[in-house]
Amino acid sequence: MAEIVIENLRKDYGDFTAVQSSSFKVNDGEFFMLLGPSGCGKTTTMRMIAGLEMPTSGQIYIDGEDVSGKPAAKRNIAFVFQMFALYPHMNVRNNIIYPLKCEGMSRPRIKKKLAEVSKILRIEDILNRPVGGLSGGDRQRVALGRAIVRDPKAFLMDEPLGALDVEFRERMAEELRALHDRMNATTVYVTHDQLEAMQMGDKIVVMNHGVIEQFGAPQIIYDKPVTMFVADFIGSPSMNFLRFPGKVTPHDTSVLLGNHTVEVPLQLAACEGDLVLGVRPEHITLSDNGAYRAEVLASEYLGTNQIVTLNTEHGQVKARVSANQTVNTGENVGLEFNSGQITLFEEQSEKAILSELNEGVLEDG
Amino acid sequence: MNNFSVTTASRPQKVIASILVALYALITLMPLIWIIMTGFKSSSDAIAYPPKVIFTPSLEGYVNLFTSQTRLTSEQIATTPPPEAWYDKLVHSHQMVIVGPSRFGQRFLNSVIIGFGSTFLSVFLGTLAAYAFSRFKVPIKEDLMFFILSTRMMPPIAAAIPIFLMFRELGLSDTKLGMILLYTGVNLSLAVWLLKGFIDEIPFEYEEAALIDGYTRFQAFYKVVLPQAATGIASTAIFCLIFAWNEYAFAVLLTSGNAQTAPPFIPTIIGFGGLDWPAVAAGTTIFLIPIMIFTILLRKHLLSGITFGAVRK
Repeated sequence: MAEIVIENLRKDYGDFTAVQSSSFKVNDGEFFMLLGPSGCGKTTTMRMIAGLEMPTSGQIYIDGEDVSGKPAAKRNIAFVFQMFALYPHMNVRNNIIYPLKCEGMSRPRIKKKLAEVSKILRIEDILNRPVGGLSGGDRQRVALGRAIVRDPKAFLMDEPLGALDVEFRERMAEELRALHDRMNATTVYVTHDQLEAMQMGDKIVVMNHGVIEQFGAPQIIYDKPVTMFVADFIGSPSMNFLRFPGKVTPHDTSVLLGNHTVEVPLQLAACEGDLVLGVRPEHITLSDNGAYRAEVLASEYLGTNQIVTLNTEHGQVKARVSANQTVNTGENVGLEFNSGQITLFEEQSEKAILSELNEGVLEDG
Repeated sequence: MNNFSVTTASRPQKVIASILVALYALITLMPLIWIIMTGFKSSSDAIAYPPKVIFTPSLEGYVNLFTSQTRLTSEQIATTPPPEAWYDKLVHSHQMVIVGPSRFGQRFLNSVIIGFGSTFLSVFLGTLAAYAFSRFKVPIKEDLMFFILSTRMMPPIAAAIPIFLMFRELGLSDTKLGMILLYTGVNLSLAVWLLKGFIDEIPFEYEEAALIDGYTRFQAFYKVVLPQAATGIASTAIFCLIFAWNEYAFAVLLTSGNAQTAPPFIPTIIGFGGLDWPAVAAGTTIFLIPIMIFTILLRKHLLSGITFGAVRK
């Protein structure tokens, strides 16, 4: 297994820039998520790592070796495609051992490898079946088998769960993660599903329009978004944005939201103009005493908690509150924000304003 | 009338459908049946009026087809020893004697070489071209594809005179190579268009998977794409072969001795007293056999192939 380093990677298709100068590092054995909406360049980035696309500029190092100009066959990586790309004219066995045949491995060794892999994936009993009649999950396992069997330096997976039924997805996600932990394989995983990314990843890169927005562990990205895009994209429901004209100066511990003072983490930069107060739904509490008033529009009951939609003077917000709290539609309630978990953004640049909360994260970005 | 169903037919519906199918089959197959029957008739039965449906089968037509004969005078008949083999006896009864094989075998072989040769070449070149058109960025791709299609917009025979002159200049007249090239030229546009459709249907991911598995681009092509395009290749091959096999006009125009194919030869089999109809019918019957075998062998592919991959998984 190996670490993967990407430096200033760029890909242009004519006038269109798919990936703009990306740099990040995937540590040895890490489960690394490339996350973003469709068309954000995450798949292109991964295809460049695989060697299926050649970068316009920039370097890719796998295990310390510069592979930027090398064809896919010479990179010793395995790719799991979204639609699995199992060879339809072969049975399961031949699909799995196909890469080994190419290497010219001896028959007894191929047999041993096949036995090993089919045991790990529990597909011993379907080896002689044609791939056409397999269920989604079995196809997925065969595709993984074909990837694992070669002992590649890294696994690249392009939305491998995208083609599965919802109910099966959960199980496969767990299986994938367990498999990764057992083999300790460096894995780069592309997805547009933020829940999947949070659930499985050791580290996440969030991309948008070919640009890396943020790069870090799931908790960091969730709690300390550096741009409004990340704050909005991660989390369900996403972060609430309260837009207001105002100003912050270094050492401020509160801002004036309309007529109300809202406590925020210690600010470290100055900014004036259109600001955005970002707060996650679970960091809003409803209390009768709160000075900031809002009207309840709706409530969705989710079992353990409920999502309350409220109308404030700064637009709609959603709050995640305990399920046993009674909330009536039309009621006027007070809101309180968890002051340690508020991020302020500058509306124009959509970037977070430096504060005690996001200090280390912003400087990295 | 209270249980309409799309999939199960009622009994009268089935009977009517079967009758219609049988009738259609009979109408379509009638000429074929008539030719096969004529091949086994004697010369007089073949031209009898009203036509004979019940007749005594005779192999006269087949013997005449494969042999060349000469007429004997009455003295010669008296002096030659009585014939021994059945075919000798057969011709002897018409005061004829076999002097050697006819040219039919050679013509038939020409048809096989030219037909299968041009089919192979069309499909081979067509597959490569279609793959390139399907997978690579070819400059002015759309225009090139249209140009290729446009070669089919007029009947090939409309270009007969230029082709005739070109073939004479190039020394290709009456050569097998010339005919193979000509039929390939005519078939290639069809092959490229058909095959491009089939190759477009094969997801590029399979090749990418093969590339990542360590195969080269060309290995990915022939180990992954070709097996999956087999259906398309088979149906394209049938279309090409049927054209090349049956082509008549160019064969009449451009070939005479060396490279003549069976179609222009068969109708010219002349016996004594006009066309030898049983021999012509026998030649046609034999001529049908290779293409029937070829089509039957590939018919599974043909059936799934002519849907143009519309329902392919």
